[in-house]
Amino acid sequence: MDSGLSDAMQLTDEEKKRRRTRSIAIGCVLAGIVVLFYLVTIVRLGSNVMNRPF
Amino acid sequence: MTDTSLDIGQSGLERAVPNGTVSDFVELMKPRVMSLVLFTGLVGLVVAPGSMHPVLAIATLICIGVGAGASGALNMWYDADIDAVMQRTATRPVPRGRVAAEEALTFGTVLAAGSVFSMGLLVSWLAAGLLAVTIAFYLFVYTMWLKRRTPQNIVIGGAAGALPPVIGWAAATGSVSLEPVILFLIIFMWTPPHFWALALVRAGDYSKAGVPMLPVVAGGDSTRRQILIYSLILAPLGVLPAVLGTGGIAYAVSASVLGVLFVILAWRVFTLREGQTAQHAARQLFGFSVLYLLLLFAVLLVEQMTVAGVNVWTPV
Repeated sequence: MDSGLSDAMQLTDEEKKRRRTRSIAIGCVLAGIVVLFYLVTIVRLGSNVMNRPF
Repeated sequence: MTDTSLDIGQSGLERAVPNGTVSDFVELMKPRVMSLVLFTGLVGLVVAPGSMHPVLAIATLICIGVGAGASGALNMWYDADIDAVMQRTATRPVPRGRVAAEEALTFGTVLAAGSVFSMGLLVSWLAAGLLAVTIAFYLFVYTMWLKRRTPQNIVIGGAAGALPPVIGWAAATGSVSLEPVILFLIIFMWTPPHFWALALVRAGDYSKAGVPMLPVVAGGDSTRRQILIYSLILAPLGVLPAVLGTGGIAYAVSASVLGVLFVILAWRVFTLREGQTAQHAARQLFGFSVLYLLLLFAVLLVEQMTVAGVNVWTPV
């Protein structure tokens, strides 16, 4: 029973490749979102970005 | 909605593992529809008065694009059974079993929530609200409610596709005025003749899928009359931005010429009712309708950027 289940979940090489590509794409999108939020934050702060409380 | 991926997709039947490629997920977002939505959103953003930082403009367009993609994915999730039957849509990822219906639902939901909240946090909560309304209208009102029930499906549902310029305007100005509403009305009135021209050609497909498009329910003659009526309303409406000052002389001339051509092609569809010539006339109108909207908004965009001054690229 267990071995049958593990056989059913075994990924083929093609599926592993596709999963890897999807993971890379998700990583790139997340990185893009971080960059976008960073840039918008800087833009919104404008010249105030240089104001430091110290 | 039925789980078509189980009926058709071999991989969905035999394996429980997701098997879609990145391009399958891109296809879920209906990239061609998304590009038109992005373009009209960009025009709404550019023709709006005031200035907007380029980074904020790019963030706005990303949110609009992702929101459009979310709508596409959610539509493909819900309509998988219809898509499987229709020739035009049978090769989409869900009916083909390349992407599970649940994956499409999750993908669309994450994109929808992500685009709306990002728009709110990064740009404007008014624009975010409009984006949320657009996605919700397309999914709940058009896809789930109207599409399978009434031949007026694309008339009312067209409101979702018409909102992007209003979102762009709201993102740039923080408000909504008459000018973006006119842009909304242009796309709203353009949608029925555009889709009914396609439906005239694909009536058999829609009939097979049980979608009550106007040619299926009311017949070709009634559809042709409706196409002509909407075209006659659309042509003068297309010129209105010039009257309101959103467009200039170049836009007024372009909109007039394009409007006349639109009505001529609609008239051909109305008069040619039999055989290959009728099919050809409908195909011609469908093809031209895409060009019409693209050119109309392109002229508006170029004119604003060259004559009236570019407000998008002026740093705040």
